[in-house]
Amino acid sequence: MNNEETKIANKYLTFVLATEEYAVDILRVQEIKGWNKPTPIPNTPEYLCGVINLRGTIVPIIDLRLRFGLERLPYGQMTVIVVVRVISGNKERIMGIVVDAVSDVYDINEADVKPTPEFGSVINIEFVKGLANVCEKMIIILEIDALLNSDELAIIEQSHH
Amino acid sequence: MTEVRQLFFEESFENLDMMESSLLDLEIGAVDKELINTIFRAAHSIKGGAGIFKFEHVINFAHTVETLLDELRNDQHIVTQHLIDLLLRGVDTLRALLKALQTGQEYNPEAVLVCQQEFTALLITPMSPPPEHAHPHPENTHAPVTAPEVIPVGWHIRFKPYPRLLQTGNDPINLFRALDALGELQICADSSQLPTFADLDFQNCYLSWDLLLTGAVEQTAITEIFEWVEGDCDLEMIPLDKESLAETRIVMDKALEASLAKLAKVPEKIISPAPSETPVNPKLSSIPIVNEVLEKPAHNEHLSSHINEASSIRVGIDKIDALINIVGELVITQSMLDQVGEDFNLARLEQLRSGLAQLERNTRELQESVMRIRMLPISYSFNRFPRLVHDLSTQLGKKVEIKLSGEQTELDKTVLEKMSDPLVHLVRNALDHGIEMPEQRRAAGKPETGILKLHAFHQGGNIMIQISDDGAGFNLERIQQKAIDKGLLHPDENPTVEQLYEFIFHPGFSTAQQVSDLSGRGVGMDVVRRNIRDLGGTIEIKSEIGKGSRFSIRLPLTLAILDGQLVRVGNRIYILSLLSIIESLRIQPNLLSVLAGKAEVYRVRDEYIPILRLYALFNIIPSTTQLEQGILVIVEGEGQKIGLFVDELLSQQQIVIKSLETNYKQIHGISGATILGDGSVALILDVAGLIRQFYSSNRVHTFSELSVGAMT
Amino acid sequence: MAYILISDDSVAMRQMLKAALLVEDHQVVEADDGLVALSLAKTHLFDLVITDVNMPMLDGLSLVRELRSLTDYQFKPILVLTTESDPDKKKLAKAAGATGWLVKPFDPDKLLAAVKKVLG
Repeated sequence: MNNEETKIANKYLTFVLATEEYAVDILRVQEIKGWNKPTPIPNTPEYLCGVINLRGTIVPIIDLRLRFGLERLPYGQMTVIVVVRVISGNKERIMGIVVDAVSDVYDINEADVKPTPEFGSVINIEFVKGLANVCEKMIIILEIDALLNSDELAIIEQSHH
Repeated sequence: MTEVRQLFFEESFENLDMMESSLLDLEIGAVDKELINTIFRAAHSIKGGAGIFKFEHVINFAHTVETLLDELRNDQHIVTQHLIDLLLRGVDTLRALLKALQTGQEYNPEAVLVCQQEFTALLITPMSPPPEHAHPHPENTHAPVTAPEVIPVGWHIRFKPYPRLLQTGNDPINLFRALDALGELQICADSSQLPTFADLDFQNCYLSWDLLLTGAVEQTAITEIFEWVEGDCDLEMIPLDKESLAETRIVMDKALEASLAKLAKVPEKIISPAPSETPVNPKLSSIPIVNEVLEKPAHNEHLSSHINEASSIRVGIDKIDALINIVGELVITQSMLDQVGEDFNLARLEQLRSGLAQLERNTRELQESVMRIRMLPISYSFNRFPRLVHDLSTQLGKKVEIKLSGEQTELDKTVLEKMSDPLVHLVRNALDHGIEMPEQRRAAGKPETGILKLHAFHQGGNIMIQISDDGAGFNLERIQQKAIDKGLLHPDENPTVEQLYEFIFHPGFSTAQQVSDLSGRGVGMDVVRRNIRDLGGTIEIKSEIGKGSRFSIRLPLTLAILDGQLVRVGNRIYILSLLSIIESLRIQPNLLSVLAGKAEVYRVRDEYIPILRLYALFNIIPSTTQLEQGILVIVEGEGQKIGLFVDELLSQQQIVIKSLETNYKQIHGISGATILGDGSVALILDVAGLIRQFYSSNRVHTFSELSVGAMT
Repeated sequence: MAYILISDDSVAMRQMLKAALLVEDHQVVEADDGLVALSLAKTHLFDLVITDVNMPMLDGLSLVRELRSLTDYQFKPILVLTTESDPDKKKLAKAAGATGWLVKPFDPDKLLAAVKKVLG
């Protein structure tokens, strides 16, 4: 924070999921909203809670715990949805991710982001962009574009050719 | 300015399309003045518009084309195929030029030049340079400059209008005002010709003037001012040097004094109220407001669109007017509700109710009108086909006449855009594989010229587009053989005609003996059908060998709105398009049969309808699994029926369709979503998709066989 | 400020004219054909009419003739837009009763000057 490298520091929003703290680029965060029961979509993976109406557009909601293979937590008044913009293909999509709680906003220097080790993370490394140490804590920086993209959206791209 | 520029491009492309279709309508040997005029006008407009932006190449080229058209119009040419082809190429060249300018890309100047030379070669009148643009200041050229003299220090102008001058809308005062801007002006009026009041015809001008303009003014500047009254007056311009200027001034001063003495009141410098300061006609006051409202949508559209690929709609003024009317009504309703709400008591409940009913009606009307704005006539798409057919048939050595009908049928802009490629493909196919070579046709006892028809019409809540030809028709035997060769069909099987047609839509299936460069472009019939299905439409084939084929495309009228039936399954709400529902009924156990121990069918009159339990398909816990306790909704899609088993029918309402794909993806059996009154999302069922899925599963054979068996 | 009717089948040209005229706070009403212009002129009194020559239904010169036969427009300035510097075309415009003409393309200043010339 006090050296020249602050120039390339980006702001990140962090949130808590089970025991870990995760971060997303704040520029990708559109809004944070409370729990609103989504409409389930038949025959879709369990982690897809369904879709909600976000000011007239239909937005899919993903339960990050389930996406990462963690234990399910009941939804309630404390449940938080972080609405983010993800890039898939050449298209920007909006989706909501269900997290335990929003934590803080940090400046993280590009240089402080370490590559993901092959092991040591509880979640699949395809969703991890890197790790960063902030205030003695390890924060997992998410590759949010991969959340919907991987197997899920692959089907769409195919069906469109 | 970019907006105007964009408009110019849009308009020019429209003009080019019009030129093209009119050229294709021209008959060889004849001179259809009306048609040629239309073409001429279009070329002329392009030239005029290009002038604004100083697109020299376009101006030049359009001018050449226009000159040829002018000669044609004046019977200096006869219409030949060569002439039409050349003009069509001219249209193409202009289009390419404009496209290049629009996108800021390079174009091939040599190709333009070659084409232009071909035009010039045909011209009878020697090619004059296009007007205006050769000279940046045209107004300087048409005033005859007397001599290369020194600029005088002043002018004595004798201006004697003919009585009719005022009737041209020219006002001498304005001319003087303009002169006054050039230098110092002294005016002396001669009223000697003024009749007595009784004889005065106020339409006529009786005055004449002697004007003294002091200043180094070029003659052209003065001629320019009097340009518009040339022929309506006697005009004399005498250049003055220092001495003659002084003399004239003395003469004028004297004359002026004399006049003053006579009239007591002649202004030395003319100051008159500007015409616009006169009271404004009260009728006018409403116009500017309306105008402003009219301008806004167009304006916004241009802001949001990209500079190059603008997506704007031309909207008929009647549609806008309808919108404005409804908005007006809405405002009234709102103020009425405001009033009711201001001090509300139960006695006013009825008023509130009727206000709300009115609001509902307004909202619905508004919605309909807005949707109507999205509707465009299919001619936008059809109009390109005459050219395509012309070019293709020439290339193939076939004779084809194209007949369009129902071009005014309107459909949603998005549907129109997405239908464009499939239609092109079907038309290409018809020309390529359908219509035979002239000699083949003659041998078959048919006229040499084949007929290709494009027909659009409304049917129920759908748009139908039919592409039919009187060509060879589909050879079912060959299709069957090919299907066997490709391993899609067992040699022992005995497929129905419909099943054979189905193969045509199979990826990679082509019945043509050789793939020509025309239709073999990688887009197959499977893509055509998928595009149509994406729009919620269907395609059907009818064909008779030796007589021709017909493709019928059925499309929903509009994409964005549908009349929906809400149904409940467990705690979920789904929506069915009312158009797909044939009937809903409560199940009577005695009409129910279970085939092959598994598949359930229900007898409705003399038909056996397979039952699809929605809860099972969607993995939902229903209120009941007992068929007689729920509702069977019989729906139809792509000619096949199915009974959807749901818990309960809820209300019917108009719903606005939202895409799931915007942020997520397409889901089998779901065509979209909508937002219900309480803000929650409900999914819209894709009936055709559900039926397709149902029939393509392994149950289908059992079914069609058994239900046929049961019926006989 | 004047009420001006412009009649041209080209939207681009109308926009161009309008943009220029709005600079001087004129109020502009548009018509996309001579026929439309004529019916507008019959119900509204304009200070000036600017019309194109080539229009699909009613051409500009016919519009001028029609307007001149209306009492309200006997003395009103009417300008004809032409792409031709051809003196014959101008004569035709004059013969029809036009006040003057504007040669396309024109720059906005020229247009305003011409408007000033007829409106004062």
